Amino acid sequence: MNKHPMTDGQEEKTGTRREFLRNVLAGTIPATVLMVYGPGVLAHREPSELPRGEGIPKAEHYWIYVININNCIGCGNCVRACKAENEVPDKTFRTWVERYIISGEGVHVESPRGALEGFREINAGVRQRAVKSYTVPKMCNHCHHPPCVKVCPVGATFKSPEGFVLVDWEYCIGCAFCVQACPYGARFINPKEHKADKCTWCYHRVKAGKLPACVTVCPNKARLFGDRWDAEAEVTKVFLEDNWLVLKPHLTTDPTCYYVGLGREVI
Amino acid sequence: MELPGNSITNYIFPNNYEIWWSILIVIYPYITGLIAGAFIVSTLSHLFRIKEFDNIANFSLVTAFCFGCFAGVPLLFHLGQPQRALEIFITPHWTSPMSIFGYVYFTYMILLAVEIWLIYRPFFIRRANETEGSGLVGYVWYAMTLGVTTYHPDSLRADKKISAILTGLGIPWAFALHGYVGFIFGSVKAIAMWGTPLQPVVFILSAIVSGMAMLLLMYTFIAWRTKMPFEYPMIRKFMLILWGVFLIDISLEILELAFHKYELDRQWENLEPLMYGPLWETLIVGQFLILSLIPFLVLGFISLFHPKDKMTLFLANLACLMIVLQVLLMRYNVVIGGQLISKSERGFVEFHWDFFSREGVFMAAAIFIAPFVLYYVISRVIPIFDSPAYEPEDDEATEPHTPAP
Repeated sequence: MNKHPMTDGQEEKTGTRREFLRNVLAGTIPATVLMVYGPGVLAHREPSELPRGEGIPKAEHYWIYVININNCIGCGNCVRACKAENEVPDKTFRTWVERYIISGEGVHVESPRGALEGFREINAGVRQRAVKSYTVPKMCNHCHHPPCVKVCPVGATFKSPEGFVLVDWEYCIGCAFCVQACPYGARFINPKEHKADKCTWCYHRVKAGKLPACVTVCPNKARLFGDRWDAEAEVTKVFLEDNWLVLKPHLTTDPTCYYVGLGREVI
Repeated sequence: MELPGNSITNYIFPNNYEIWWSILIVIYPYITGLIAGAFIVSTLSHLFRIKEFDNIANFSLVTAFCFGCFAGVPLLFHLGQPQRALEIFITPHWTSPMSIFGYVYFTYMILLAVEIWLIYRPFFIRRANETEGSGLVGYVWYAMTLGVTTYHPDSLRADKKISAILTGLGIPWAFALHGYVGFIFGSVKAIAMWGTPLQPVVFILSAIVSGMAMLLLMYTFIAWRTKMPFEYPMIRKFMLILWGVFLIDISLEILELAFHKYELDRQWENLEPLMYGPLWETLIVGQFLILSLIPFLVLGFISLFHPKDKMTLFLANLACLMIVLQVLLMRYNVVIGGQLISKSERGFVEFHWDFFSREGVFMAAAIFIAPFVLYYVISRVIPIFDSPAYEPEDDEATEPHTPAP
């Protein structure tokens, strides 16, 4: 095997170290600058700081969602309504309900078929041992800082100025990065469309002046939807009483689904 | 099995019924790592001027290029809408590590292609002149010269200068390439096993060791098949460097888990039952006890006790084979293992091996074999191990040649 003249460095000894350092620096500095000050920094700006295009109307509402655990009876109406309204395929759920049964042995959580048919009655033995039991509706939290939006490689998923986190199916490439990034298990790949799917707060209904399907069918006002900017709205009263919680607050996603009466066992 | 969150039943979120990133996404960082690792070996000669590596520098660059050609393919086959894959470049979303990876990968491939072209340019010119640009083959050689069919001492100087700059750029770019793969996983705070700042560093180091180990296995195979004499000083130095990098790699891999365990942090509640449950065989026994410990000891033995040539060759290949498997298993444990933790944090998802589907094991194997096939094809056309060089004793420029119209 012969040596390549470029690699046969005997005659190149002088200045080798300087040359090496110069080359490495020439590569490292631009790369570092690009990574630290590059377009990625946009991710850390507040939505209000982001440049807005001409002609985009100012948001008139900021929609939020309130779930009152004390009122939820676990009937599964909301899950059925969501399935019907949004044609959610089998096995996948835009919303589901969990039942927690807490006893001395530990925490038992279940959500049979997402509570599509509600829950079976708790048998007498378990009932005797249980310290408490409650049901918790779950769905997309339409976060202020949605990690799912940040990771989308093509910008197909976005946070609208009115608070909806939506997926544009005309752009989604079905990579499932957003599914991984969502800490709440609210996203899935639609098995028929092969694109990311999730709760939209029934965007199509809300734009038509209606409430989301799940809110409409809830028999006990466990699910409320309204405008955060409307002082008279029922959802804003939650903030006056200041007894709300959000899911996984340590992840700093800043959800806009607010829970009232949330048990500490709920994750 | 013990369950996290004081849970008495295995509860997973309803949408967690499937592992969304399957075996193809295990292969994706693996192939990407092999590119970065193989490239680093070429820099040992081209930039760090370690003479023992001179004869495998070009080989490692071509190998890196072959892996590079297929690094994005697993991603493509995994997409729900593969026909929209180019949107990652056309309508990029700058906050997405996957989007940035596309650009880093694309530019890195250009860098690799240019560097290889510069190295083999004298060879292309020679072939173009020999074939006189006639016929299809001649025209292909002429096309490979990009129309420049003369080669002067000045050309050599210019090529060397550009090559040196590209190699200098290549090091941070190779780190960025694989660092970004690690970032794709490390930035997901929703998954306990992924979301750690150490992830990109571990990915880079494991990339280097896997690329180096794969290169030595390929070198041994090629040298054996082509009856090329083995370069034992190179192999010994290779093993010494590999030993050092592997030591840092496995230290960081262990350190990451050790901190979770010592701090008994939030993640540990999920990681502990995962490690001692579904990942016991692949992570603890496979990745750490067998495939880290044994090659580490073998590499140490080669480096410290200088066994005889044949024994060195045997042990080096044994260690390298175990290291490529270690890194493959590490990718599996991170990619699949991480997703086994349901985001309910009260149970574990089951992974079902799938062999024949679009994202199955056979597809992954086919994609993984493809770079080796490409290497074979390239090696039939370009003498990878021979000097492509311009012969300095003939100071005259080669005859200019214009192909027949």
